[in-house]
Amino acid sequence: MKNELPKWADYILLPLINLTVAFIVAGMVVMLVGENPFEAAYILVRGAFGYGGGIAYTMYYATNFIFTGLSVAVAFHCGLFNIGSEGQAIIGALGVALAALTLDNLMPWWIVFPLAIIGSALFGAAWAFIPAWLQAKRGSHIVITTIMFNFIASSIMVYALVELLKPAGSMAPQTRTFEQAGQIPKLDWLFELFGSSLQGAPLNLSFFLALIMAFLVWVLIWRTRFGYELRTTGTNPTAAVYAGIPPVKTIVITMLISGGLAGMMALNPVMGDQARIELDFTAGAGFVGIAVALMGRSHPLGIILAAILFGMLYQGGAELSFDMPNISRDMIIAIQGLVILFAGALENLFRPSLIRLFSRFSRDSDNTLAEAA
Amino acid sequence: MEVLFGLDVLNSTIRLSTPLLLAALAGLYSERAGIVDIGLEGKMLGAAFAAGAAASVAGSAWIGLFAAVVISILLSMLHGFASITARGNQIVSGVAINFVVAGVAILLGQTWFGLGGKTPQLRGAERLLEIDLPGIELLSDIPLIGWLYSGLLSGHGILVYVAFLAVPITWWILFRTRFGLRLRALGENPAAVDTAGISVSWGRYRALVICGLLCGIAGAYLALGLSAGFVKDMTAGKGFIALAALIFAKWKPVNVMFAALLFGYLEAVGIRMQGKIFPVIGEVPVAMIQALPYVLTVVLLAGFIGKAIPPKASGIPYVKER
Repeated sequence: MKNELPKWADYILLPLINLTVAFIVAGMVVMLVGENPFEAAYILVRGAFGYGGGIAYTMYYATNFIFTGLSVAVAFHCGLFNIGSEGQAIIGALGVALAALTLDNLMPWWIVFPLAIIGSALFGAAWAFIPAWLQAKRGSHIVITTIMFNFIASSIMVYALVELLKPAGSMAPQTRTFEQAGQIPKLDWLFELFGSSLQGAPLNLSFFLALIMAFLVWVLIWRTRFGYELRTTGTNPTAAVYAGIPPVKTIVITMLISGGLAGMMALNPVMGDQARIELDFTAGAGFVGIAVALMGRSHPLGIILAAILFGMLYQGGAELSFDMPNISRDMIIAIQGLVILFAGALENLFRPSLIRLFSRFSRDSDNTLAEAA
Repeated sequence: MEVLFGLDVLNSTIRLSTPLLLAALAGLYSERAGIVDIGLEGKMLGAAFAAGAAASVAGSAWIGLFAAVVISILLSMLHGFASITARGNQIVSGVAINFVVAGVAILLGQTWFGLGGKTPQLRGAERLLEIDLPGIELLSDIPLIGWLYSGLLSGHGILVYVAFLAVPITWWILFRTRFGLRLRALGENPAAVDTAGISVSWGRYRALVICGLLCGIAGAYLALGLSAGFVKDMTAGKGFIALAALIFAKWKPVNVMFAALLFGYLEAVGIRMQGKIFPVIGEVPVAMIQALPYVLTVVLLAGFIGKAIPPKASGIPYVKER
């Protein structure tokens, strides 16, 4: 009896089963709240894909989740669990603000935007550096340090907004609104191409940036020498060291990339939508990244699909809460948890029975082959 | 000085340390048995919601406490099933529990009570009220002892005393009983426990039951003692501060108490410093004081003040040799 599943079952069937179970349980929660789960699902999908603005919002949210999902996935490949994407995104926003607040009066957007990309990536990477270095050099568990760094990051953001960046005379803890040059152009033309419009949705150029990053991550992990070293360190650290792969360097560089990707997530809400930093602009996107990476099996293509699914949940969920007041945005948090539970922690729950099922089929075909012979 | 060492601050230190202490002790049992528990936060939140909801419906704080403990143990068993039986990733499972609880608690709260996720305000017997220790009148006139006994030690909720009593009891269980020896062995070398003919899974499940029990009490204290009912996000990262306290204490019960007191003290001082202007230093940014527990823990983890070494086998699912 073989103890392995065919590749397609491992990468497509098993995740689909896990996801289905997660949504069945979510449906049970909907029933517990006293609503019809099928009707809820219908409203949710219609809200997310039923009209131009809905689709644009779905893609806007998906942009955030592609960045954070990639961030978590890159670290996963190296055997590191980066729970700190949230904090790295928060600090990344300071890099965005640095570029936008100083240059938006002086330069056009096509200079400010690339500088903001660099700023966000550098700040995010810097925030990942200390946990990475502590893990590599001192063996401090990266899960714990990145959790701590999330809290420290949000404290720094509160301090920065209240004490440093808030315009004089203003009460709200937020920066001033960026000028036109400090904003990322929206993708109206893309939707007008299809005879639709954004209808006020903040979908912007950073969506394409996210797709480019997904491609670059794929190249990095499966087509470069460093990617090979990264994966080797992830699957077998001892063998990696034996093969001459420097562990400290690999861990630190991996986390810098991971933190940089998380930092870039800040571009989308800060420069693409609100045109200023508000408290809690991340809205938990860093944590959604964990669910997205787990569901997408840490593959960029899977991450894009999973990010769109979560974008759908966020956008459709917002519409759902209008029609069914009992189902608030908290439903999305619950679904997120269920996806992490079934696609992550319990990912192997159905594997043994699936293996048994497959081996029975293959044994049957072996027998018929033998009889025919 | 009053802000830093007044009776008021010290009393609120004790109150704010209590949930941290209980949750950190819960984490101690779990991690000493080899199960990493990121889900302390979620379990506490679930317990707080169960306590608030049950106490308000049944009109009794004790039923609230019971419900909190039951829910917390059930969540702990879910974590156990994922990490012991299904051999899943323990960190992922903990993260999942945090999210599921954060979402479901608010949804159910909104459906049942229609207050936007809150549970109704609790009154009288629905809360666990402060109790006076015996003899406070007799001792209150004696200098220092009266201040210490009547002013500081007396007049807290019963769960506060439970939390601080749990410290010596935990020490005794872990270091003076057969159960404790086996529990610690599960965290350091589960293969040896298995070789001795003792079930690793059963041992770890039992540790998680205790973990759930203590988290349940912590959550109940939040909803029934510290406040009067459940509100959204009421744990506000306390589960993670408890985790930090546990690491800060290097997984030792008595140290856990001091770490919880330290972090509780920082919280109490932080609340009082809000908006106060001090001579020389000026206004102390509250955000920085709130970040201090996390900074201290990272510094400790970095090995600059002693070295925090977790139980050797924690986080690794145990697979029996065949």
